[in-house]
Amino acid sequence: MRVLIVDDSSVMRKIVARSLQQAGLDLTQVLDAGNGAEALAVVRQEKVDLILCDINMPIMDGLEFVKQLSGLENAHGVPVVMITTEGSESHVVQALSAGARGYIRKPFTPEQVKEQVLPVLARNP
Amino acid sequence: MTAIYPKLDAGGNWRSWTPVLELATREVFALMLQSSLATAPQPCVEHSVDITAIVGLAGCVSGAISLRCTMASAALMAGKMLGVNPAEAGPEVQDAVGEVCNMIAGNFKNKITGMGDGCLLSVPTVITGTDYNLQSLTCSTGVEIHLLFEKLPLIVSIRVHS
Repeated sequence: MRVLIVDDSSVMRKIVARSLQQAGLDLTQVLDAGNGAEALAVVRQEKVDLILCDINMPIMDGLEFVKQLSGLENAHGVPVVMITTEGSESHVVQALSAGARGYIRKPFTPEQVKEQVLPVLARNP
Repeated sequence: MTAIYPKLDAGGNWRSWTPVLELATREVFALMLQSSLATAPQPCVEHSVDITAIVGLAGCVSGAISLRCTMASAALMAGKMLGVNPAEAGPEVQDAVGEVCNMIAGNFKNKITGMGDGCLLSVPTVITGTDYNLQSLTCSTGVEIHLLFEKLPLIVSIRVHS
């Protein structure tokens, strides 16, 4: 599985990658990006199977990224799970309305990552 | 995570935020660093801390949440988050402290009824060194908590414009 992790913190990108491995995902490649604009550039060039994305980022935030992602033909059907400190109900609704399939609040445990990501992948064979 | 804690108080009852800020901080360290924080027996000496992370608040509350600690504890945080020896954390030490402060700020605001939706967080800023003053251009008030992380001082504060 090729996963794209989008977060302006390199430490957080590594923690998320480790959590996915702990969840039992077979990660053949981990791609990363520091903001939504960088992530769009990655998706235009690379095939990815799963995207985990922060919301608060410089240049382009995660909600805008998810909205623009839906317009990319080669990203059609790629599930996005938000992973963010923004935990209010309105943020969850905005993210899901924009096209995200799951939502993880920071701080999180590896188990919470597993509980959110595995059902999303199961619905997206 | 349901906001069941104090309401955003237009009257400025900031003292009621102290236990919420402490709980938000303890949760971040427990979940992300597998560390239990101790209460400092006395206020930490401010000049002993030499790295500061700041996350700005804007919206229904404007101000900042800061996390101050020593470089040694910052390296320890990075090491625990990355699963490496603290000496190997290198340039990611500042990133780790900024992200811890970011998570404390987010966790805190999600526990204050009315603040989760009405208040935006900035991306973190990290300052190293001790020879600086941080001053707001408007009157501000707030709360500060003093904790110990692996016996090293940790100061978390929220300052809000009154």
